[in-house]
Amino acid sequence: MENKFKYQFENRRFVIGGAVIVIVLIFIVRLFFLQIIDNDYKAWADSNAFLKRTVYPARGIMYDRNGKLLVYNQPAYDVMLVMREIQPFDTLDFCHILGITKEQFLNRIQAIQNRRLNPGYSSYTPQVFMTQLSAQECGVLQEKLYKFPGFYVQNRTIREYAYPNAALLLGNVGEVNKRDLEKDSYYTIGDNSGRTGIESSYEKYLRGEKGVEILLRDAHGRIQGRYEEGKHDVAPVSGKNLKLSIDIELQAYGEKLMQNKLGGIVMIEPETGEVLCMVSSPTYDPSLLVGRIRGKNYAALQKDPLKPLFNRPLMAQYPPGSTFKPTQGLIFLQEDVITADTRFTCAHGYTYRGGKPACHGHPSPLPLVGALATSCNSFFPWGLHYLLDDRSRYPSVQQAFDVWKDYMVSMGYGYRLGIDLPGEKRGYIPNSKVYDKIYRGRWNSSTVISIAIGQGEILATPLQICNLAATIANRGFFITPHVVKEIQDTPLDSLYTERRYTGVDTKYYPLIAEGMRGAVIGSAWGATCRGANLPDIEVCGKTGTAENPHGKDHSIFMGFAPYEHPKVAIAVFVENAGFGATYAVPIGRLMIEKYLRDSILPESRPIEEYIIHANILPNAF
Amino acid sequence: MRSNTRDTWKSVDWFTILLYILMIVAGWLSICGASYEFGSAELLGTSGRPATQLMWMGISLCVAFSILMIERDFFEVFAYLIYVGILLLLVATIFLAPDIKGSHSWLVLGPIRLQPAEFAKFATALAVARLMGTYGFVLTRFHNFILVLGLIFLPMVCILLQRETGSALVYLAFFLMLYREGMSGYFLLAGVCAVVFFVTGMKYAEVMVGETALGSLLVLLMILFISIMLVSIECKNKLAVRWMACGSSAVILVASVVCYFFPFDLNWVVLGVLGMNVVYLVGMAIHQWAGRYALIALFSLASIGFLFSVNYVFNEILEPHQQIRIKVSLGLEDDPSGAGYNVNQSKIAIGSGGLTGKGFLNGTQTKLKYVPEQDTDFIFCTVGEEQGFLGSSLVLILFAVFILRLIALAERQDTVFARVYGYSVASIFFFHLAINIGMVIGLTPVIGIPLPFFSYGGSSLLGFTVLLFIFLRLDASRKEH
Repeated sequence: MENKFKYQFENRRFVIGGAVIVIVLIFIVRLFFLQIIDNDYKAWADSNAFLKRTVYPARGIMYDRNGKLLVYNQPAYDVMLVMREIQPFDTLDFCHILGITKEQFLNRIQAIQNRRLNPGYSSYTPQVFMTQLSAQECGVLQEKLYKFPGFYVQNRTIREYAYPNAALLLGNVGEVNKRDLEKDSYYTIGDNSGRTGIESSYEKYLRGEKGVEILLRDAHGRIQGRYEEGKHDVAPVSGKNLKLSIDIELQAYGEKLMQNKLGGIVMIEPETGEVLCMVSSPTYDPSLLVGRIRGKNYAALQKDPLKPLFNRPLMAQYPPGSTFKPTQGLIFLQEDVITADTRFTCAHGYTYRGGKPACHGHPSPLPLVGALATSCNSFFPWGLHYLLDDRSRYPSVQQAFDVWKDYMVSMGYGYRLGIDLPGEKRGYIPNSKVYDKIYRGRWNSSTVISIAIGQGEILATPLQICNLAATIANRGFFITPHVVKEIQDTPLDSLYTERRYTGVDTKYYPLIAEGMRGAVIGSAWGATCRGANLPDIEVCGKTGTAENPHGKDHSIFMGFAPYEHPKVAIAVFVENAGFGATYAVPIGRLMIEKYLRDSILPESRPIEEYIIHANILPNAF
Repeated sequence: MRSNTRDTWKSVDWFTILLYILMIVAGWLSICGASYEFGSAELLGTSGRPATQLMWMGISLCVAFSILMIERDFFEVFAYLIYVGILLLLVATIFLAPDIKGSHSWLVLGPIRLQPAEFAKFATALAVARLMGTYGFVLTRFHNFILVLGLIFLPMVCILLQRETGSALVYLAFFLMLYREGMSGYFLLAGVCAVVFFVTGMKYAEVMVGETALGSLLVLLMILFISIMLVSIECKNKLAVRWMACGSSAVILVASVVCYFFPFDLNWVVLGVLGMNVVYLVGMAIHQWAGRYALIALFSLASIGFLFSVNYVFNEILEPHQQIRIKVSLGLEDDPSGAGYNVNQSKIAIGSGGLTGKGFLNGTQTKLKYVPEQDTDFIFCTVGEEQGFLGSSLVLILFAVFILRLIALAERQDTVFARVYGYSVASIFFFHLAINIGMVIGLTPVIGIPLPFFSYGGSSLLGFTVLLFIFLRLDASRKEH
């Protein structure tokens, strides 16, 4: 009886044993799919456990052409907090140390905890409380940090400037915006990049390469250490250092001369195309746009009616005035409109059109050299007249004009020169279609005659004018102007080493140089640029006056020195300063002196004094 | 007495003891892996969980040794007393235990915390074995069966009152033993059908094929198939089977073709076919005066009733968190950060193990605490991540061999008491294995029960040790009776 069931249901053990085997087999098959077939789980595990933290490289440093340190990195400090670790503390004391009010403190805490504003928020991980404290500010906090559990200080770097000069040229660094993020996958939110100037155009060299540190993160987001002692980490590569072609002393001197004036100075080493200085006035101290004060100061600079953020040497487009005349002379020579001996009459103006444009008193008729020296307003209209209206030369005025335009373009006008800085403007050289449209196809040289003396539709940037000076100094070619002389371990783009010849034969250039020399030292026909004359340096120059419909004319000087083997080409632009000779010429003279001799002659001292103290800002009147 | 002891050492099943030692050592290593803090040099410190578990392993081995020393008859004689004592402890626990994560199952005695529910398993198994070993006991007798059910359900209810649903469900394992002892297979069939119908019905409830809900269609077809199979097995009436099978297939086939061109709810047709079958079976029952046909008809009707009450049960009886757990487990709801977090993280941990695993103490997921309860209920994650497919399969095979060995041992017993106890032990281990691993790899709902010998916890290790070694003691002296 007792064992009746033992044998009656004995076979049921196979059912039970079979169930065990089946279940275990199902489990093993499931494990096979989870562990061998499906790879998603491995990726999820990695994204769970590995926090890839970016290690930021040091940004490249900038030196001037003489090896003087201009821009470097300075440690700054961010105050971080881990919400979970905060214990009650003396809020007032804390706010006092950081120089904030209690409301600001509370608002900031609220903003950190707001997941809409701060999607990556976790109470376990460090959150940024305040950014970019200076070493001094941070020092005070460090001392008392033990009183504030949960608060930490994290090192960062910010830009530091050795000189309060060249702000627009150097540019500044700021947080990347949405467009940068979309354009370049290198950036992630919160990264910095160069926003303007060299910082922007050489961003790819300056920024270096980010490194990665693989950290282990637990389920609460806390960092538990480095993965395999950092075996898989990638070290950051520092940004490349730049040696600028700028002479910072010259730049500072230029800014000093231009104080309380609107305008700019560009100086180029003709042989190399290196920009020696690029002054834009008014300017500002570049350290204003660093750190926590950046936002406020940037807004103030933007609102300033004098537009200190407007980089005039590159962006301002003025009618070039008489500085344009050398280009006309070159075209006429090249097109056989004139020879060195061709003389045109001038009777206080362009006689062909009844004395317009008007000219001043000088001997007449006069050849090209004399016309340049006295800046004759009749010679160049005559030349343009013979170029455009002589139908034996070109079948139509349109064809003739487009030949003229092509020469201008070859000399660097009408298009961007291609300097290694952002924001360059192209100036303006019209073509025949423009005039066809304005004058309905019925026009000739008289219609457009003011372009022969750099007025009318013509616009040029100070950089283009300086480039013309450099081309004449080189007697017929230029190298694209650039502000960076050397990039660490990297050859310069060939664009900045190759000579660019213009459409005009080099043999015609000495004549132009002679005319410009005459304008400075005086010639049989007169001189307009005597103010630039130096006893020991053979300066060549050309003044200009850009007509300004809104107020007083702009004063322009263009020149190079010395006459033989020139070392420097210059363009000076002073807005609302009247004739070129009044402000632009003395400033040009002082700049040339400063650069070539490194000191100012005693006889130039009064000029220097006068210029530095002159205030011709619009609101000064 | 002396010779008795020597006999015990000679006749005890050393193979099972070897498996036991293997598993507790593997379990301890897994706990090391799970509780190893990154960067911490202190693996064998005196304060950590591995150390505590090592202490419990020592205690368990002592207890195991003591059990092997005790007279065999002690367990049979004192079975009811032990049962009553544990039952009182369980009742007391309901009132004395502090609230720990919503359950009242832990008795705190100074530094030691014990879970009486873990010890109720062997006590219940002893009591049931004692009852069923009584002379003249026949399981199929109604009042005997009710007595057995009473013995099983009393501790189950106490544990449910302690709010330890998982531990309470373990007592369902006894039905596997009861099946071996002669309980009708239909009880098991009914249980399995209920679960399968429920899962299928829920999982495909939202899937529509034309106008037909796929869930109910599948369940109805299963009912039809099982009832015809039952007729074939139980009644051996080939003619009836042929009639039912051919008739039903023909009607459903035609209806399906029509349904393809003129969509309508095919469920009504299948329901109609089932109804015709029921009528036919009732007719057969009356005609041949055989109750079997009636029972099969009843099965069909009950199954249909069950199907239609599933939605009601699910929506009206189960609590929301249980509904979510079941839905997540069935893959109806994808919620990796909420209710599915545990299972999702545990699948990630196991899945990231690959073929050979990341190596001992090298699991990133477990080391960085991504899996909650990773050293207790989810300990298998650590095995899966650190030892990979090979290691985790090996552990599963170890368990399978262990349980099959227990079944074999139970079968070689001469007394009903020992056999019933042995099957109880095997069933309980099987249930724990199936539910725990199923939960960790995302096949069954999250029911918090430990993996024997692997999960951290003194009570569970000691409970399983006592459960197992009482059986080994009984087995060692099987020849004496």
